[in-house]
Amino acid sequence: MIRHLLDPLDLSVAEIDQLLDLADDIAANPKKYAHVCDGKKLATLFYEPSTRTRLSFETAMLNMGGSVMGFHSAATSSATKGESVADTIRVVSCFADICAMRHPKEGAPRRAAHFSKIPVINAGDGGHQHPTQTLTDLMTIHCKKGRLHDLTIGLCGDLKFGRTVHSLIKSLARYENIRFILISPEELRVPSYIIDEVLKPKNISYQEVTNLESVLPDLDILYMTRVQKERFFNEEDYVRLKDSYILTEAKLQAAKPDMYILHPLPRVNEISLDVDDDPRAAYFDQVQNGVYVRMALMMTLLGVKRPC
Amino acid sequence: MLNIDSLQTGIVIDHIEAGTSMRIYDLLHLEKLDCCVAVIKNARSTKYGRKDIIKIEGEKNVDLDVLGFIDPNITVDYIKDGHIVEKKALTLPQYIKNVITCKNPRCITTIEEGVDQVFKLCDPKTRRYRCIYCEQEYERPHC
Repeated sequence: MIRHLLDPLDLSVAEIDQLLDLADDIAANPKKYAHVCDGKKLATLFYEPSTRTRLSFETAMLNMGGSVMGFHSAATSSATKGESVADTIRVVSCFADICAMRHPKEGAPRRAAHFSKIPVINAGDGGHQHPTQTLTDLMTIHCKKGRLHDLTIGLCGDLKFGRTVHSLIKSLARYENIRFILISPEELRVPSYIIDEVLKPKNISYQEVTNLESVLPDLDILYMTRVQKERFFNEEDYVRLKDSYILTEAKLQAAKPDMYILHPLPRVNEISLDVDDDPRAAYFDQVQNGVYVRMALMMTLLGVKRPC
Repeated sequence: MLNIDSLQTGIVIDHIEAGTSMRIYDLLHLEKLDCCVAVIKNARSTKYGRKDIIKIEGEKNVDLDVLGFIDPNITVDYIKDGHIVEKKALTLPQYIKNVITCKNPRCITTIEEGVDQVFKLCDPKTRRYRCIYCEQEYERPHC
C-alpha cells in the first residue's frame, strides 16, 4: 500500500518518534546515507514559487544519491494548458518514484494522492497544511530540548492564517503535558476550531494573550511568525501591533537561558537581526534539520531500509 | 384533500420540511427507480403545519443515509402488507458526497475538473462537517 504524507497527523506519534530517530542518525552520519536512494527519482511539483522547501527536498534526495526532476511554477507546467492535478500525477507516476507537491489550492495534494501510484508529500497547500515544516519544527524542538513532552510552547504573531502554527499545535497536542501560550493580536487569534476540536477535548492547557513580554519568562519554546499587513483593516492597528511583536535581544533578557526561538521563515522584521547571534536562536538550525527530516521521510515512504 | 393510496409495501419518508421534497428526490436519485414514487407537497401536519412526504412503492434498497444530514426530523417507515415493520433511525453519515459544495475559494474543488464534493463528519454532537480537501467547515444556511 502506498503511503503519503498529506497532513502531519497522517503519522502516529510512534512513527514520528521513529522518523526523528532516523533523522538524528542521518544528521550524525550523513555519509552512511549517501547512496540509500541510488536510482530513485524525486519529482518536485511546485505550482507556486518556493525557495527553502523545494531546495530542501531536492537537497535531501541528492544527499541520498537519488536524482530530481520537476517544475517550480504553474507557468512552466501543463497546468497552463488546463491539465488537472489528477492527470498530472498520473503522468508523473510513470516517471518518478516519489513526489513533493506545493499548490496554491488547498487539498490539491490529497486530490493527487487519490490518483497517484507513487507516494505524495504535501509540500504546502495554500493556507492549509505544511506537514514537512511541522516535522522540521518537531525535530528542532526535540534536538534542542531532548523531548516533545512537558513543554510550554509560545506561538506568536499570525495565529489565524499561519498554516505552520495550526499543524504544530495539532501535532504537539498529542504529547503529554504540553501547555500552549497563544500570543497574537485580537484580529489574528487561533481559529476557534483549533480550540474547540484540538485543545478543549484533550484538556490541554492554553492561554491566549496579546503581550509577548509578559509571558516570555514562562516559555520553553517561542515559535515566531510573521504578522501580515494585508490582514489588518486599518494601517494604524497594524503598525501598533507589528511593533509589539518584534523580538529583540533586549527583550530576550527576560527569557529562560534554554528557551529556544523557532521561525518557519521567511522573516521580515519580527526577529531583530541582533537575535541571530543568540545561542537560543534556532531558526537556521530548523532549515538544516528540514533536510535531514525530509531525507528520513522519503526513506520511510519509499521503504528504504536503514543502513547498518 | 388529495388522496394518495396507502402503501402495501415500500418506504414512506415523512415529516420532510415543506418545500424540500424535490431536493431529497434528487439527492436520493429516485429518478433512477422503476417503481412508483409519489411526492406529496404541503401536506397538513399537526406538528409542523405543513410538511412534504415521499412514498416509494415496492422498493427497499434505497440509500437513505444522507437524510440524517439534511434534516434529523425526517422519519422513515418501512411498510409491508400495509403495516409499518421498521422505523429507520436516521444517523449522521460519516461522509456525504456531492450533496453540498465547498465555499472556500482556495479549495482545489473550485478548479479541478471532475472532482467529487466530499465532506466528513467532524463532530456528531454539533452535526458539523468539513471538506475532505481543505477542511473548511460547511456552514448550514440559516433559516
